[in-house]
Amino acid sequence: MADLEAPQSKTRDLDKLLLRAGNLVGPDFYPGAELRDDIRDYVRILVVGAGGLGCELLKDLALSGFRNLDVIDMDRIEVTNLNRQFLFRQILLLEDVGKPKAEVAAKRVMERVSGVEIVPHFSRIEDKELDFYNDFNIIALGLDSIEARRYINGVACGFLVEYDEDDTPRRETIKPMVDGGTEGFKGHARVIVPGVTPCFECTIWLFPPQVKFPLCTLAETPRNAAHCIEYAHLIKWHEVHGGKSFDPDEPEHMKWVYDEAIKRAELFGIPGVTYSLTQGVVKNIIPAIASTNAIISAACALETLKIVSGCSKTLANYLTYNGGEGLHTKVTEFVRDQDCLVCGPGILIELDTSITLQKFIDMLEEHPKLLLSKASVKHGKDSLYMQAPPVLEEMHRPNLSKPLYDLMGRVQKDTVHVFGTGLKNEEKHSSLTKLRVVFKGADGVTDMDTAIGA
Amino acid sequence: MSKSKYDRQLRIWGEVGQGALEEASICLLNCGPTGSEALKNLVLGGVGSITIVDGSKVQLGDLGNNFMVDERSVGQSKAKSTCAFLQELNDSVKAKFIEESPDTLIVTNPSFFSQFTLVIATQLVEDSMVKLDRICREADVKVVFVRSYGLTALVRVSIKEHTIIDSKPDHFLDDLRLNNPWPELNSFVETIDLNVSDHVAHKHIPYVVILVKMADEWTKSHSGNLPSTREEKKEFKDFVKSKMISMDEDNYKEAIEAAFKVFAPRGISSEIQQICNDSCAEPSSNSSDFWVMVAALKEFVSNEGDGEAPLEGSIPDMTSSTEHYINLQKIYLAKAEADFLVMEKRVKNILKKIGRDPSSISKPTIKSFCKNARKLKVCRYRRVEDEFSNPSVTEIQKCLADEDYSGAMGFYVLLRSVDRFTANYNKFPGQFDGGMDEDISRLKTTALSLLADLGCNGSVLPDDLINEMCRFGASELHVVTAFVGGIASQEVIKLVTKQFVPMLGTYIFNGIDHKSQLLTL
Repeated sequence: MADLEAPQSKTRDLDKLLLRAGNLVGPDFYPGAELRDDIRDYVRILVVGAGGLGCELLKDLALSGFRNLDVIDMDRIEVTNLNRQFLFRQILLLEDVGKPKAEVAAKRVMERVSGVEIVPHFSRIEDKELDFYNDFNIIALGLDSIEARRYINGVACGFLVEYDEDDTPRRETIKPMVDGGTEGFKGHARVIVPGVTPCFECTIWLFPPQVKFPLCTLAETPRNAAHCIEYAHLIKWHEVHGGKSFDPDEPEHMKWVYDEAIKRAELFGIPGVTYSLTQGVVKNIIPAIASTNAIISAACALETLKIVSGCSKTLANYLTYNGGEGLHTKVTEFVRDQDCLVCGPGILIELDTSITLQKFIDMLEEHPKLLLSKASVKHGKDSLYMQAPPVLEEMHRPNLSKPLYDLMGRVQKDTVHVFGTGLKNEEKHSSLTKLRVVFKGADGVTDMDTAIGA
Repeated sequence: MSKSKYDRQLRIWGEVGQGALEEASICLLNCGPTGSEALKNLVLGGVGSITIVDGSKVQLGDLGNNFMVDERSVGQSKAKSTCAFLQELNDSVKAKFIEESPDTLIVTNPSFFSQFTLVIATQLVEDSMVKLDRICREADVKVVFVRSYGLTALVRVSIKEHTIIDSKPDHFLDDLRLNNPWPELNSFVETIDLNVSDHVAHKHIPYVVILVKMADEWTKSHSGNLPSTREEKKEFKDFVKSKMISMDEDNYKEAIEAAFKVFAPRGISSEIQQICNDSCAEPSSNSSDFWVMVAALKEFVSNEGDGEAPLEGSIPDMTSSTEHYINLQKIYLAKAEADFLVMEKRVKNILKKIGRDPSSISKPTIKSFCKNARKLKVCRYRRVEDEFSNPSVTEIQKCLADEDYSGAMGFYVLLRSVDRFTANYNKFPGQFDGGMDEDISRLKTTALSLLADLGCNGSVLPDDLINEMCRFGASELHVVTAFVGGIASQEVIKLVTKQFVPMLGTYIFNGIDHKSQLLTL
């Protein structure tokens, strides 16, 4: 079927979706060449992770009209990545193993899709200034850990979103995210619109706690190969190596654990300890294949296109996929947790105007909903106190003895962000939490000129 | 150590599965993004060989949706370009291409397809789909059809029969036989005294022992019957609980939680029964190995098995002393081995009876069959032409009336309608920018007449969907092709490795609200 259109456009297929009006579209859809060109010229997307999902996301976004992409990943390429992270090579003269994922991924996609600009960031997500994340229209996550997701979630939903007087999120501060995850033949793709859909923290119960073996099983009554391995990894290692921490990427360490596991297995007459199983248990290796990653990333990229352009309705809001037993996809519309510590307007804290910053930080540790220890405090763009690094800690230390009211510019109420180690469900985790601070005894009028020093 | 490149997938399908992939030869028809994306995942996975058939040249518009072409390939053979770029992904794969239109090849050289394990047929119109399906059924070649169209797409597996031993279900009940212990298990259980005075020993008796003992006591006082009514089940659980001497006895807690295994019905499931009763379970000289083993299973169940399949042999982890656990494991392994030996004998006898070499089915194969006997699966697929000419009218009507299914079913009807449209008007609806209103109204008429032809009078298609279909204008959007390419490649893997269960039905992707569905037509 020959296409008889006069001059062919590179965006021949995408044009049908972006230039044509439709009925089943988003609320702010203005079809036309301008929309297509604006997406190409002005929209910036951040891809977090350049692994199994990240590689696919970069390709998908580059071929969906996006030209300005950034990708961040702290890892280097390993051989075991090559069955699915298709932008990395190990053929002929091309040896990518050992190079930073973000850099190679960016390079390969730019080589193939002309016109796309991808800025790689070989760094940890925590090392970026919070403002870095503000530069993007959408953040697409291709992460493999709950911790990393929690962090970005905290940034987008906790930090970047601002609320107005009646606790509705201010539209221009909302930074949508798309998040994907895979394991074997299973996966999920979700859309997170901070303040509107549930955030990662609101639905944290979706992720079951990691399997941990009871200590007495490991120490006294091992029954299977995994028990023997974890005994060697978690108990015997420390007995023999004292303070030296175990590095799963160090082949000698792994071999040591394997040998000890074999010894223990022999002692108890337990079969099944292999080197492959040892690696799997110790590193918590998740089996991964190209197809599932392709499916989930495609869903995420499609949603990104839809959110940005309005060219179709968006996923509401959580898609699960299972391809092992037949084929099952399901869409669930989860609702926000109104009391969510991260994406809500923030826990209300009433304080006296005389409370010092130090006292405030101490209170956070006691607060039943927070239990936040070693907190750093930020007010808007100003850091009031930082626990680390030492140089900045010293710099901000004088603030600890000052009244928080003064440090916050003597406003009757405002938002602060606290970052520390929280305790939830008996598990410690780093947390970026938003708080609404209201000062009792302050008259609602803020007048910096008449403020008297404490 | 090139094998370690496959480590993350070997943990899913093992060396045996990987071996099957590396033996497979795959043919791809049409290498636009739909085909390229499907093939990419298979190349990365280490499939044996790929042969790409496509007669078209790379156009400027292809640069906007296909990762396997670049600026230098414009004007050149698309097959050549995609073949070269795919080869880059894995040099262990043998890749070649043929510059030929698949539609032509299907008509002029049907025997071409016999050499392949599987054909991935992308972007074929209905007529070619039907023709190819006939050819591949005849030649016993598996087919996976994929058609991507704007925000919708279709994926359909087509093989006469696909039998699975290693179905690897996500959740499957363990085979502990707590409701039907055999003599050796009973003897072992008898050697353990539940009322041992040492507290540590008391809480390290595995729940299997606890439940077998308790079930035995119960049946003795209930005329040989296991708990069956709701009250009895509760009473039984309380009975188990009463043996606890302190609250921290995890083994007893596990026993209470696992009590339902005592109440479970004995014997094989209705699904396995159905497989045993299948006409193919009557062995003949052209029975496949699978059906020969099913015939043996049938005999086993009626004789030595006394209603049960061969014992699976493994036991889940449970609170226990190491010694008890290891001993228990040995008991289960011994029975599984004994059942296997009986099955092996029966398989050999059947092979002899049908005139085949009695050692032609290997020990490991029979062992795997025994281990998986409760999880066997048989998948049979209708011919594509039968589905097209005679789909289930009830399914169509039911789905069109259901909020969650109407989008997918609507798109299915429309995907078929656009091919009819093309036959009449020589273009896809909305393919060009002018005349949209006319195309919409023509597509609607075409769709309604298709529905009428299929016997679905009175069924309506939402107008919005018809409009969308015209809007799509036969476009191939990269993200949609990546999604269904992924789905298709996964089906190929399941079909080739014969592990896990392939999709049963016609999959329709709905990229608008993601209410994609598997339709049973």
